[in-house]
Amino acid sequence: MSTLTEAPPPLAPDVPETKPPRKRGRWTPYWLLLPGLLWLVVFFALPMIYQGSTSIQTGSLENGYKVTWHFATYWDALSEYWPQFVRSVFYAAAATILCLLLGYPLAYLIAFRAGRWRNLIMILVIAPFFTSFLIRTLAWKTILADGGPVVGALNSLHVLDVTSWLGWTSGDRVLATPLAVVCGLTYNFLPFMILPLYTSLERIDGRLHEAAGDLYAKPFTTFRKVTFPLSMPGVVSGTLLTFIPAAGDYVNAELLGSTDTRMIGNVIQTQFLRVLDYPTAAALSFILMAAILFMVTFYIRKSGTEDLV
Amino acid sequence: MAFVNWFKRHFVVIAGLLTLGYLLLPNVVVTVFSFNKPKGRFNYEWQQFSIDAWKDPCGVADMCGSLSISLQIAFWATVGATVLGTMIAFALVRYRFRARGAVNSLIFLPMAMPEVVMAASLLTLFLNMGAQLGFWTILIAHIMFCLSFVVTAVKARVMSMDPRLEQAAQDLYAGPAQTFLRVTLPIAAPGIAAGALLSFALSFDDFIITNFNAGSTVTFPMFVWGSAQRGTPVQINVIGTAMFLIAVLFVLTSMVINNRRNKQKA
Repeated sequence: MSTLTEAPPPLAPDVPETKPPRKRGRWTPYWLLLPGLLWLVVFFALPMIYQGSTSIQTGSLENGYKVTWHFATYWDALSEYWPQFVRSVFYAAAATILCLLLGYPLAYLIAFRAGRWRNLIMILVIAPFFTSFLIRTLAWKTILADGGPVVGALNSLHVLDVTSWLGWTSGDRVLATPLAVVCGLTYNFLPFMILPLYTSLERIDGRLHEAAGDLYAKPFTTFRKVTFPLSMPGVVSGTLLTFIPAAGDYVNAELLGSTDTRMIGNVIQTQFLRVLDYPTAAALSFILMAAILFMVTFYIRKSGTEDLV
Repeated sequence: MAFVNWFKRHFVVIAGLLTLGYLLLPNVVVTVFSFNKPKGRFNYEWQQFSIDAWKDPCGVADMCGSLSISLQIAFWATVGATVLGTMIAFALVRYRFRARGAVNSLIFLPMAMPEVVMAASLLTLFLNMGAQLGFWTILIAHIMFCLSFVVTAVKARVMSMDPRLEQAAQDLYAGPAQTFLRVTLPIAAPGIAAGALLSFALSFDDFIITNFNAGSTVTFPMFVWGSAQRGTPVQINVIGTAMFLIAVLFVLTSMVINNRRNKQKA
């Protein structure tokens, strides 16, 4: 070793060798994938095909259904239930925007300001998950009850006059109105907004804020020019994680709403489980899926984060 | 002016804490109303303080039965999804193979699909197959939607793992099995645990997919749903409160253990 005059080129310690070459087990990945993928193909992909075929069937429960390529079911379903479709998109969009407005400060607080309280606040965000969401949604019935403190306060501040004029509430009640449903949706999906926002905010180097301050940026300018653009991946995945489930949800509309606030999820559930009109139900569910895939693709293109998914 | 400045400086903290309050308010209400003695069938109005429900949490017909069904399904769904999901995650991170992109999309799609669509399509499959709806169909469905979440959690952990650790093990003459059991698996364990915990929570709390594919089997969320129409017993609030407390205790304990371990290492 002492005769070695030239040192060997130093190994770059920070760049681990990406993929160790594998000689053995060319089939190993396929064996690893097989059971799980089989499960997803049989119980996720195949059902979609069955649903597609159900949506173009005609017949009746008594005499059985047959595939007759009856695409008119789609048209009938759309023309009958378009108000529920529009309402679902509208409620889900409202809930998503509210989630973003409410969730951003909390995610920001946890990421930059919480200090040693960070873990505790994190626990308090996640822990409600473990109480069944139906129980928590039912609790909103108590909170928003007619003549309860919340409704009383909104009434004395004349907020309900304004919201009733806008059509969000009716008279001096909140329960069984659109406001209650959107409030429940916002509440239910808020953690799905906070967690991705927090993850992307946490990655931001705090020195960037100092740099912006050194360059005489006001706090709001720093937020607008530095923090918010850097948190875009979190905003995009957060809005997707709230919008998609909110658009298909029927629990909030059922528990907190009325027949005037029925969403498309309620219709699909009723058609499938009570009316037993399978072709219509399948067509509705397919339209919902297509609409959401379309909107999501458009949104991802627009926000320029295609690498996200 | 002083107040305005103070408000400006602390805006984020105030707004964040208000949101936290909004998130926790229902849990407070659930806890408070677990000590209620309601008149009539519904537990929506405060009447009188009582600890009756806490003394006899299983006093309602069928509730604890549904709880036990939910726990069983959540347990087996967690086992199934964790095993299958971990295998997929390892294959995706560790190997290059054809159709990797297609596999990734197939994993991603269930997470990006509204639950009601998956629920309805599964029901059409089961109806077409003439399957008996119940415990098994619920379990199949739960494994299906938990799978993607496990894959994502495990993948994230395995991807951030230094491959040199495994090479080092092999340089020290560890066989492939030994390397996997003594090096790879322990490092991947936190990701696997996170995936398993998430599966358990998702399965235990799932309502929409279960509602479609349960037949006459009643899980705990199904019981709560039914009780919203028939009358909610106070015991539901007791279970809700207990679940919240157990979760907080669980997380706090694991944090304390982690802290101790870190201190020992330091």
